[in-house]
Amino acid sequence: MSGINLSGAHIAKTTKLFINGEFPRTESGRSYPVKTKDGDILTHLCQASRKDLRNAVAAAQSAQAGWAKKTAYNRAQILYRMAEMLEGRMQEFVANRMLVQGLSNEQASAEVNGAIDALVYYAGFADKYSQVMASVNPVSGPFHNFTTPEPVGLVAMLYDQPFDFSTFMGMIASVICSGNTLVVVFDEPGATLLSEIGEVFKTSDLPAGVVNLLSGHVDELTSHMALHMEIQSILLASTDETRRGDIKEMAVENMKRVVPWDFAQKDLAPIVAFTEAKTIWHPVGL
Amino acid sequence: MIHDRFVTGHGGRKIPIPYQPVDQVGAEERAAFFTKRSIKKESKLDALYAIISMIDLTTLEGADTPGRVRQMCAKAKFPVPSGIDHDFSKHPKARAVPSVAAVCVYPSMVPHAAKALQGTAIHIASVATAFPAGQLPLEIKLADVRAAVSYGADEIDMVINRGAFLSGDYQTVFDEIIQIKEACGDAHLKVILETGELLTYDRVQFASHLAMLAGADFIKTSTGKVTPAATLPVTLVMLNAIKDYYQSTGVRVGMKPAGGIRDSKMAIQYLCMVNEVLGPEWLTPDLFRFGASSLLNDVLKQIYKQVTGRYYYDKIFSID
Repeated sequence: MSGINLSGAHIAKTTKLFINGEFPRTESGRSYPVKTKDGDILTHLCQASRKDLRNAVAAAQSAQAGWAKKTAYNRAQILYRMAEMLEGRMQEFVANRMLVQGLSNEQASAEVNGAIDALVYYAGFADKYSQVMASVNPVSGPFHNFTTPEPVGLVAMLYDQPFDFSTFMGMIASVICSGNTLVVVFDEPGATLLSEIGEVFKTSDLPAGVVNLLSGHVDELTSHMALHMEIQSILLASTDETRRGDIKEMAVENMKRVVPWDFAQKDLAPIVAFTEAKTIWHPVGL
Repeated sequence: MIHDRFVTGHGGRKIPIPYQPVDQVGAEERAAFFTKRSIKKESKLDALYAIISMIDLTTLEGADTPGRVRQMCAKAKFPVPSGIDHDFSKHPKARAVPSVAAVCVYPSMVPHAAKALQGTAIHIASVATAFPAGQLPLEIKLADVRAAVSYGADEIDMVINRGAFLSGDYQTVFDEIIQIKEACGDAHLKVILETGELLTYDRVQFASHLAMLAGADFIKTSTGKVTPAATLPVTLVMLNAIKDYYQSTGVRVGMKPAGGIRDSKMAIQYLCMVNEVLGPEWLTPDLFRFGASSLLNDVLKQIYKQVTGRYYYDKIFSID
């Protein structure tokens, strides 16, 4: 749904990728057309390559420490800002969902509202999950003993299950709210929204590289993602049993945490899944 | 070639320094042509191994310590990080990774490098002659060179006297190179033109001929302390000068681009250019070197990717 369409003069252009806060074309120069429900060409999507994935991982890697270091309040503000920006452009998202997947106005609006709610929900959690998850542990000795959650680091998300915008945004929000950075690989129909989603992120003070979006054939990028040693965890939003098995097998090499998206949406579970417990022993002062 | 500029050599002999105007647009276009090729798979792997064997692994910082130099020498000997060595070498496609051609350090660090590299074939290059500015009296530059050689350096990277060169006093530049060459003794002499300060390709070409006629074993683009450092077009101009010199004298002079060559992709472009301008006989560490520090990490990363098919942690390659 790229292009200005005020006077009915639709100027089609290729939807680009979102890497490191910028909108580059794919390094490979490949693109493929996406059609509407009625069979008209809606847009051309970039078919991301192994090297685009590599660049996105490098961007997410260098953004991670800075993002995790921001205060929880600041991350909350940014997530909330993302919700605001999304709300401001709601009509575009609704129109896309109706056109691409033939949803009714009510269905599409419900999805987009769900996405906004998810962002607000995890914005709220950003400065609270740690109080819920952390603990002071009883130990026998003159020590304080705390356990606190820390982000796992760089998470890759592979999304090939039927697209639902509110689930999709909920996943992104739950992963990044604790200080992880994210590389997302997804295909049409969701990827037709790539530019718009990227623009929402770009205008929300979200630091460059925290979320990177790649459109393309999930098949082609699966093994590169599962084998990449810099990726610490994979969020697997896939109903394809073979792919799930393959990824788990390849992920063994650096013991990536592979998390299938089988939880309830609004819960602490996705935050828990992408944090690690760190326990600190501290001597008690006399 | 125009032969109307002369310097005076031994015994009052007049030596013409050949030059001809360089076609700037043409040179840049031809150099850009090397960035558009795609070298893949086996050819890429061959190039990557070759690049390692041509690297002058360099550290030229005020903060250099003996410990840091020892660490770099260890890396020069065995470039593959120990953390991935066994994982890497068990791979059927893996070949033994060569050691680098040389390490390049300041004269005061030469003794430490010499000790660390004892019994290896790795050369010890030292920058001398009041590197990087070269703005000191000649006696001090000569003493600098003699000290580096006596400490164990077998290659000397000197800087030309740009102050003299840019004011048109080519005789001084020429004489200095000759005297420094004498002070080097058996050590190889690389002459740094500092092309970033010469500004035009015409001057780069002229300085190349001047240095070669004065006895340079290698000509080198830059100190790495001035931007722009090595670029493809500048290297192309210098390679062409080397070719002209070889055709008129039969002497093969080496080339060393230095500074700014950070990744494998760029390094491979340089290799292609050398191959095309001078031919495969120049593709040896005896006649072609890269002056670089972070390049080695990237080449190792690329080799690892080519061999195993997956990307590894950046951090494991970048412990310098």
